[in-house]
Amino acid sequence: MKKMIVISIVLVYLSIFGIVQVSAGAARDYISIVGSSTVYPFATVVAENFGKKTRFKTPKIESTGSGGGHKLFGAGIGVAHPDITNSSARITKSQLEKDFKNGVKEVVEVKIGYDGIVVANSRQAMLFRLNRKDLFLGLAKQVPVAGDKGALQPNPYKTWQQINSLLPDVKIEVFGPPPTSGTRDAFVELAMEGGANTFTWIAKLKKTDKKRYKEICHTIREDGAFIEAGENDNLIVDKLNKSPDALGILGFSFLDQNTDKIQGSFIDGVQPTFQAIADGFYPVSRPLYFYVKKAHVDTIPGMREYLAEFTSETAWGDEGYLTRKGLIPMPGEERRKYKKVVEALTPLTLDDLN
Amino acid sequence: MNNLNEASVPGRDKTKDIVKKGLNKRYRKERRFRVFGCAAVIISLGFLFVLFISIISNGYTAFQQTMVRLDVYLDTDVIDKDDLAGTNYAKLIHDALLSVYPDVINYNDKRSLYELVSTSAAYRLRDFVAKNRHEIGTTIQMWVPADDDVDMLIKGHIDRDTPQSQRRINDRQLAWVDHLVSQGQIKKVFNMTFFTAGDSREPELAGIWGAVCGSFYTLIVTLVLSFPIGGAAAVYLEEFAPKNRWTDIIEVNINNLAAVPSIVYGLLGLAVFLNFFGLPRSVPLVGGLVLTLMTLPTIIIAGRSALKAVSPSIREAGLSIGASKVQLVVHHVLPQALPGMLTGTIIGMAQALGETAPLLMIGMVAFIVDIPAGFTDPSTVLPVQIYLWADSPERAFLEKTSAAIMVLLVFLMIMNAAAVFLRKFFEKRQ
Repeated sequence: MKKMIVISIVLVYLSIFGIVQVSAGAARDYISIVGSSTVYPFATVVAENFGKKTRFKTPKIESTGSGGGHKLFGAGIGVAHPDITNSSARITKSQLEKDFKNGVKEVVEVKIGYDGIVVANSRQAMLFRLNRKDLFLGLAKQVPVAGDKGALQPNPYKTWQQINSLLPDVKIEVFGPPPTSGTRDAFVELAMEGGANTFTWIAKLKKTDKKRYKEICHTIREDGAFIEAGENDNLIVDKLNKSPDALGILGFSFLDQNTDKIQGSFIDGVQPTFQAIADGFYPVSRPLYFYVKKAHVDTIPGMREYLAEFTSETAWGDEGYLTRKGLIPMPGEERRKYKKVVEALTPLTLDDLN
Repeated sequence: MNNLNEASVPGRDKTKDIVKKGLNKRYRKERRFRVFGCAAVIISLGFLFVLFISIISNGYTAFQQTMVRLDVYLDTDVIDKDDLAGTNYAKLIHDALLSVYPDVINYNDKRSLYELVSTSAAYRLRDFVAKNRHEIGTTIQMWVPADDDVDMLIKGHIDRDTPQSQRRINDRQLAWVDHLVSQGQIKKVFNMTFFTAGDSREPELAGIWGAVCGSFYTLIVTLVLSFPIGGAAAVYLEEFAPKNRWTDIIEVNINNLAAVPSIVYGLLGLAVFLNFFGLPRSVPLVGGLVLTLMTLPTIIIAGRSALKAVSPSIREAGLSIGASKVQLVVHHVLPQALPGMLTGTIIGMAQALGETAPLLMIGMVAFIVDIPAGFTDPSTVLPVQIYLWADSPERAFLEKTSAAIMVLLVFLMIMNAAAVFLRKFFEKRQ
């Protein structure tokens, strides 16, 4: 009896070591995807449909953020490294150069559609009609002194009406994502920079002193008017519902799913609707991408089929299932262009990124 | 003598008075102390109660699922008997819906009609046809899952009084749903999908079985590694190791490790298991290894204190009748200490069950649909599933989140109950 127990325990351990040995060198039979948390909800839907329609395993998708995803993706070629990375910003020259250095020579870029960033508040409150300038003045840590070109002061504004007499007389209180979030990056780049550029001297800085320009546009006030609400946009929806005076910064899909609770403010006279973002009228929207490692396409089973599923009209088309999840589709011509890129697997060159 | 006695009597009374006075004060103090203790217990129970109430009231509806009955005509024109996989099953489902409402012609209306049932209905039909080829050409009755928005409406999470533009279900859809309900074509059933499926982006198809399996495999690896290693380390340090500066350093370091934030173990796992040993990402094997590192200090500390608690008389008796040190430990000390060591292990396991931070680094925070079938299949664990659902925009995931928390709590309760049971069992045996 005792011997039996000892032998069985030894067997269990041997088998574990066996698994370790085998799995360290084994091939992978599923697609591994990493990257942006903004693209995650779309990529997962495609992956699920792909898994159901085909005989391949459902791809594994990790939400690591655009930057983190690219780091994993660009680390090298081989089963230990992901095949695809999702990104809510275009790849930068230095990222691509790093990929090349690590042996990832052929990277295929696929644009999948657009995402809007909305400034929303509770349905119980008045609808805001904001300009990007109002957002900049309301949220920047340092704002220009009125009438003086070149001088900055700590943000003195306490209510929206102090900034723009057309806005309601309520305290400035904005819930938004933390600096680690892609939504935050896009917001400061599109909304804050857009607002800052209305001051000609700041706009000029962009060429002469880029560092100072970024410092002015990208630093959000820390005196309690802007509240970091974490990466979870659902939390922001919840908080807006509880404090009707507050505004929140979140992705369009969260507005789309919660239209009974919150409303999207006008920005520069345009309300964040599906159509306005698709037509490019809404100013705070950004393209979404994913990047494919060409070297993996024929070694990992199902890669081609996954790419075909993602770029099919039933997925990313005007009435595809991705639009039901809040993705804003590209115009038909752009879709055809990227479909061709996927079929030919045309790799990205450094010259494309200018 | 008399004088002395007489003199002492009033003194004695005085002391009595003082004592009496003080006694009342002491009683009051004692009562107050007890009230404080009681209040502390009541407050903590109150918090627990509030937590349970909020989770259960949010989540109990997730155990039910709304189904729609459809009369699907398995049209031989649509189904190609030689190419079942290539058939457009969605069209059959759409036709079945249109046959109930033939007056829907407009494209947008058709679209909103199709949205009443889950997109998975087509896959269900496919599986049905694959199994029942002889039914092709006939009309079958089929219950398919409703779309998550319809599900939310039926469960009362969507307010009908809000204007159309502000809800996920438009007025026409509302009328259709009401009609289907009155026809008995909509019913709520026990949500088996929730307990048998893996993750999904469609709330009506999402289940926790994948995460439960992932948690199971991860914990098996953790248990198999951490209990023997932790137990052996505790026995050696407590019973055999010489007491010198080196063992002191080891002891201090073990205590320190127990307080290290768990994400650090994740980073360690990333550097050692993934980058150095080249193990795959997102697998329970690596998750289990990382959690082993995390629970080891807990198990060693609990094991050592259990060994320390064994009465010295047993050791002395054992040694005095000529047992060797090993005999003494194996035959007498360990059986006495085992209940305590097991309790420590199970508490460590319960801790590991609820951990997400270290798993983030090794890629177990991921969207995984397929149910893991072994230690090297990609998988997530229960708390990660809760986190992922809480982060999803669809309203219906709210109740799934709470329901998954309930499942996790049930697991924790079972584990803690097992700890109590094992201790009682071993104590009785002695």
